Amino acid sequence: MLRLEPRPQPSRLWTLTTPPLAVLITMIAGGALFAALGKDPVEAIATIFWQPLFGEFSFYYRPQLLIKAAPLILIAIGLSLGFRAGIWNIGAEGQYIIGALAGAGVALAFYPYESALIFPLMVLAGALGGWAWAMIPALLKLRFGTNEILVSLMLVYVAEQLLAAMALGLMKNPEGRGFPGSRNLRQYDSAHNAELIAGTGMHWGVAAALIAVILAYILLSRHSLGFHIRLAGQAPRAARFAGVHPGRLVVFCLGTAGALAGLAGMFEVAGPAGQVSIDFNVGYGFTAIIVAFLGRLHPVGIALAGLLMALTYIGGEMAQSTMGLPAAAIQLFQGMLLFFLLAVDLLTNYRIRLRQREVA
Amino acid sequence: MGTINPELLLAAVIVAATPILLAALGELVVERAGVLNLGVEGMMITGAICGFAVAVNSGSPALGFVAAAAGGAVLALLFALLTQVALANQVASGLALTLFGLGLSSLLGQGYQGIKPPPTPRLDLGPLSDIPFLGRVMFSHDLMVYLALGLVAAVWAMLKYTRAGLILRAVGENHDAAHALGYKVVRVRVLAILFGGACAGLGGAYISLVRVPQWTEGMTSGAGWIALALVVFASWKAGRVLLGAWLFGGVTVLQLNLQAAGFAIPVEFLSMSPYLITILVLVIMARDKSCAPASLGRIFHASQ
Repeated sequence: MLRLEPRPQPSRLWTLTTPPLAVLITMIAGGALFAALGKDPVEAIATIFWQPLFGEFSFYYRPQLLIKAAPLILIAIGLSLGFRAGIWNIGAEGQYIIGALAGAGVALAFYPYESALIFPLMVLAGALGGWAWAMIPALLKLRFGTNEILVSLMLVYVAEQLLAAMALGLMKNPEGRGFPGSRNLRQYDSAHNAELIAGTGMHWGVAAALIAVILAYILLSRHSLGFHIRLAGQAPRAARFAGVHPGRLVVFCLGTAGALAGLAGMFEVAGPAGQVSIDFNVGYGFTAIIVAFLGRLHPVGIALAGLLMALTYIGGEMAQSTMGLPAAAIQLFQGMLLFFLLAVDLLTNYRIRLRQREVA
Repeated sequence: MGTINPELLLAAVIVAATPILLAALGELVVERAGVLNLGVEGMMITGAICGFAVAVNSGSPALGFVAAAAGGAVLALLFALLTQVALANQVASGLALTLFGLGLSSLLGQGYQGIKPPPTPRLDLGPLSDIPFLGRVMFSHDLMVYLALGLVAAVWAMLKYTRAGLILRAVGENHDAAHALGYKVVRVRVLAILFGGACAGLGGAYISLVRVPQWTEGMTSGAGWIALALVVFASWKAGRVLLGAWLFGGVTVLQLNLQAAGFAIPVEFLSMSPYLITILVLVIMARDKSCAPASLGRIFHASQ
């Protein structure tokens, strides 16, 4: 008979080994899934995880890795702060959209005027847009005690409708022959989030993600605010005695997450996506939740998890075109990853012991 | 505005309210047992495609609904394993369930786009349907509508009057005390989670088989989350879930009618309204936190 025994502290060893273990189990289960779909499981897994990095066309796919990982890491870093403190912002997708709309709005307002100031202004607007969108659940939680999970999520649907309204209305390209979608910002030099080093996929969003990882690391390990965030999550009562102001944490965590998600959206719309369109958002805000957990809510872990998740996106696209693997299979694959991670996390917090049957 | 017929409007409200009513009722039972399952959206969409696929292939909507309940319950079982056996965080597990369910449903749903499901027949209620106005509004629906209404009464009576309801509530209010009294906390919770999953699955199938009726990816579009909000709105009471579901059904139908009537407001802003109303309702109801089950969302482990 197996018995669970709580560990006095989470095991350090298992904290580090559970994410790779979960990835491994997901590969096996995913392989079984692909086999059930009638595809060669080994080939499918190799296409997703190996081909984009070392395969024949890797010169094309490698830059994509940074382009896809940057928004995931930016958003996940913000989310992880809140998740650590027990503040559940799951509306990053909405904050991402609003950040993109605000950034693109600035650019379109200045079009066709060229100035070096436009891009910094867009960055500012993107961050502010995401921040403001995240402030709605934060302030409602502070003032009325509403649940931030539900409010932030509802705002995703509102943001999606707003995006559609903008793409079809206010921000529609006047020279677009009636097609929905805004002007292409890639053809507008002052607003284009171009590659910093050609051919690497390294754009300003990647730089921002890197900075966010470093700042988050410093915040969590060296700053009292970071300590308060960790304390509030692990021992809310003790945190209150230690003088942690829960309201301030809510505003800070949601605000930072919103600003980072907004930045991610702005960099995306000004670079890889290029324009405001109805299907601009592709679910980075939700995938970032998986990234945050897979990275153990730790900045460095999130950076690695973001790259891995970006790989599944790219490899998934590749498997779609070469093997005819359905896109939904990749989505399911990503969902499974979080499942297995949460399940094997049992080993981090509990010891499994064998027990003889005792007489009651 | 003259094109809107109040009879048809109210009948449509009842149809629109049924999916969220079913899902919210299931979640209510789950939360009264002290478990927060944020995976309602995932279970609903899985139920929607399971029900749709089985109904299309078998030609029987009834079989479809059974499959939908089973599909929702199977997904809920995963959640139960994660939270009750592997003792994982309920918020994270619920989110995982939703992400997983969305992926699973779009995979299962391949090839089902653009197909019409077999029609779900109206229940023949004889003379009742001939009552002017009321007959058209209340007594002209399919079996699921009445099943949902019956379920409201059943859940209400179960929680209020039966021993099983008392045990369920005890587990939700204080799982340590319930455990000390000898009740099987984990077993009660797993059963509640399965019931919640089956209800969410039925709700999802009602969308794909009756309300729309068609299959499109992500077609529940937040109904599961609205159901979660509905439980808060209802202060964890079965009767008020019905009231809330009608309110949300009303908003949904009204905005659709305004869209169809070519009202001066852009379509996108009308489509936002159910979500905005949900936020508004959450704000209004948030003051009253006293009714939430005391052990809601807490992990139970018999450590002693």
